[in-house]
This record gives sequence, structure tokens and C-alpha cells, in this order.
Amino acid sequence: MSRQARRLRVEPITCHAHGICRELLPELVRLDEWGYPIVEDGPVPAVLRTAARSAVRACPTLALRLDRGH
Amino acid sequence: MSAAQERTAVTVDAPAPPSGIAVQSAAREVRRLVAGWANTGMPAGLAEHRRRYGPVPIGAFPGRGGAARLIAMVERSGLRGRGGGGFPTARKLAAVAAGRGPRTVVANGCEGDPTSTKDRTLMELAPHLVIDGIELAAHAVGATDAVLCVHERSTAFPALVDALRERGPTRTAMRIVEVPRRYVASEETALVNLLDRSDPRPRGRLPRPTERGVRGRPTLVDNVETLAHLALIASNGDAWFREVGTVESPGTMLVTVGGAVNDPGVYEIEQGTPLGAILHMAGGPLVPVQAVLVGGLGGTWLGTEAETMPFSHEGARGRGTALGIASVIALPVEACGIAESARVLRYLAGESASQCGPCMFGLPAIAHDMTELAARPDRAGQVATRLRSRLAVIPGRGACAHPDGAVRLAASTLRVFAEDVARHTAGRACPWIGQRYWMPVPTGQPR
Repeated sequence: MSRQARRLRVEPITCHAHGICRELLPELVRLDEWGYPIVEDGPVPAVLRTAARSAVRACPTLALRLDRGH
Repeated sequence: MSAAQERTAVTVDAPAPPSGIAVQSAAREVRRLVAGWANTGMPAGLAEHRRRYGPVPIGAFPGRGGAARLIAMVERSGLRGRGGGGFPTARKLAAVAAGRGPRTVVANGCEGDPTSTKDRTLMELAPHLVIDGIELAAHAVGATDAVLCVHERSTAFPALVDALRERGPTRTAMRIVEVPRRYVASEETALVNLLDRSDPRPRGRLPRPTERGVRGRPTLVDNVETLAHLALIASNGDAWFREVGTVESPGTMLVTVGGAVNDPGVYEIEQGTPLGAILHMAGGPLVPVQAVLVGGLGGTWLGTEAETMPFSHEGARGRGTALGIASVIALPVEACGIAESARVLRYLAGESASQCGPCMFGLPAIAHDMTELAARPDRAGQVATRLRSRLAVIPGRGACAHPDGAVRLAASTLRVFAEDVARHTAGRACPWIGQRYWMPVPTGQPR
């Protein structure tokens, strides 16, 4: 696994507000009043990388990604 | 050179117009794009166009080396896109030219924002200049085919069809495609989606069309005014282009002026011209004006102090805004800015492609809040607070910039019409509510 900083991204068209990312990663994800995720900007802290990867895998519409760089 | 550029000094000797917008500097129209029309009062046919501009100067840029020189010339000219984003045109050209395999050019003449008519006007008055630009851009990026996109029932359609027919076979295979009259259908990824899949909805920011656009090819999507400027730069050179305008925003720009002015319409201005001078060019205020909307329906309200703002990218940035699609709408003192914005927001909400949650749910919500603010007292400030918190979370979360535009409009409404917001929330009567509307919002569906 690369040590490069990763950022959490939501694909807005594919996201259907299942909210599982919020369940698995409340440190970096909150939901707006309509249930859509608002993700913390900036690199994912090292301690949360495993949780972030789980959230990415668990998204039913594959709308959550971990991207390199900006 | 002088054939392509005539200057008309508009003398400013009139007494101060009846408004807070005073005119400090002389308005000057610099006619480049519309020079042919200005001289004859007629759209330029091919013969007249060729007399004026000569042949498409592709011969001056032969082969791959020539194409690279053309891109370098556009880079030196500092030309920036005229479709709303203001992106440096040469960078886009270079990105597509560097792509692999067949490449495509899409000329965007849709002009989805109801405040703007400059692209339609340009295509009607100087169709051959636009087509020259398409041919040159196609040569620059190595594209063999091009698509010219216009709105369904565009009044420019007949002029373009005639112009293409008049020219006969072109170096670049060119076709005209009509695009549904929806606000977001002319966003660049929506155009790609429409051409590939008959689905005129934005598809997301990445990959960019310059990398993977129509049929997966590297695709140049450029506004028609941008392409017309490119044609003039290829003929006259980058130094000529920079003779007017500012260092950061060189050249002329087509601006649509509307609302409470005596002569609403499209004006070709030197970039950097003060906003007040542009209003004066359009005949000055019809009635006293309290604010102007700059940059389209998803733009920014500015108070009358904005009359001194230079109409340039850096000038707009200095006022915390952007030129966007270069339109200016003057709002009279006798109008309710909150009710006007509420109506615009209802329209923008209805124009969402309904793909992204924050747009599909957020825009109707802020439109509803603004409508409430206009219509009912909000003594506890609940509606205003809710609206502000919604405006804070919506931007940047859609696949295109549509929700960001609506938020920009709403946020500037709260800023510029702050006194009115206070009066409305206190429940004091608004004398202008229920008056005629000034914002050009298409009707035909219930708002």
C-alpha cells in the first residue's frame, strides 16, 4: 500500500444515500439533512486508513473512493 | 488589421443617469467579432466574410509543426474561454492535441443561461467566423470531425445551416446537433453524454473530455465565441489581440446587458471596461437601479458600488465574484431582490438533472427558504438560519457546477439585500412584492 496521502471522495451521481459510510467511518463522514454524505476534506489520517478502506468496500453503489493526491 | 477592428467612441456628455449608477468613464465599443455586421447591418455572407478576413489561415500553419505554432500563438494571446469558466484556451488545445488516436471538436453554442444571448447573436451575425474558428481549432488539435451544438429551436440554426451549405465541403467534417433546452444540458460533459448516449445530463468531472470525450476520443469542447476569437487571433496575431483588454483578460468580450436599461442587448466590450460604462453603453438605467446580477442566473448580485468594477476576470475576482457567462442584469430600486432571487432559485431547482442528492434535494430546499423569506415574516430568524446552514453544505458536492451557481446566487442575495431581508423577517411590508419580475426566467411551466 502506497504511503502517499489518500483522500476520501464521493461520486455524487452514483451515491444513493445508503449512509453505510457514515456508520463505518463517523470520524470523517457526516450526513446532510437528506442523508447524503459530507466527507472531511484533506488526507485520511493513518489511523483511519483501514476503516476508510472498509467503508469504500461496503458502499453498495461503489460511490465512495480513496483517491491519491488532490 | 484595421479591417478587422473598428473603434467607436461613444461620447459621454449626458447628465448623470437617474440612479445610483453614475458613469465615470467613456464607454467604448471595440468591434472585432461583430465588425462585419456593424458595417453592413447584415449578417456577413461568405463573400463579404472572405473580403473582410481573407481565407481561413490554416495555410499559414501547415502540418503538425504549424498546429503547434498555432497553439503557441493562442497561448501568447492569453485567450480565455467565453463559456463561463474562463479557462486558458491554449491549455485545453494542448491537452487534446497531446491525446492519442482520433480527436473531436465540439463547438458549444447552446447558451443555456436565459440571461445570455451573445452566442446566438454571434452565430446569427458572423456564422462564418465561428466556423473558421472550428476549422482552425480542429487543425490545432488534429481533429478530423467537429460538432456544432445549438439549442433546439435556436434562431441561429438557419444562419448556420446556410453558412455551412454556402461553404461546401470543409476540411473538417462538420455537423450541427440540436440540444434540449435545459439549463444543464450544455455543460460540457452533458454534451459528450448527449452525443454518445442521447442523454443530455452531466456525467461528472472526471475524466475530462480533453482526455476522454465523444466516443472515448480526446475532445475539445469550446464555446463558439472562444472559437471566433481564435479565428481572429490566427489571422491577426496575438499582439493584435492584446491591443485591447488587460494583461490577464486580453481582447474583447461579448456581454449581454438586460433588466432595467434603455437598450438591452449584446455589446462587444474591451475587457476591463467598468461595469457602469457597460450599462451606459446599453442606454443607461431605465429607472433607478439598486443592484446588478453579474454572471448569469447562477451568478452574483452586486450593489451599485460595483459600477467601478472593471469587467475582467481579475476585476470580478476583486469583488469576490466571477464573470461567468458574461451577462449583466440591472435590477430597479422598485423591485424585491428576495422575491426575484426566489423565483430564479425555483427555476434553477426545476432545471436540476436530478442525479446528485445535494442538488436534487438541496436546490428545492433553498428555493423554498428564499420564497418563505420573501413571503412571510421570520421573526425568530428560523428560515434565514436554515437557509444559511444549507448554503454552507451544498457547494462542491454535485457532478457539475449547477448547485454551486444556485448557492452563489442565494448567498449574494442575503448579502446585497441584507436590509430587505431584515425588513421582511421583521414582518414590515415590502412595497415591491407582487410587482412585475425583472429576471429573465423562462415561463411555460409552473414556478
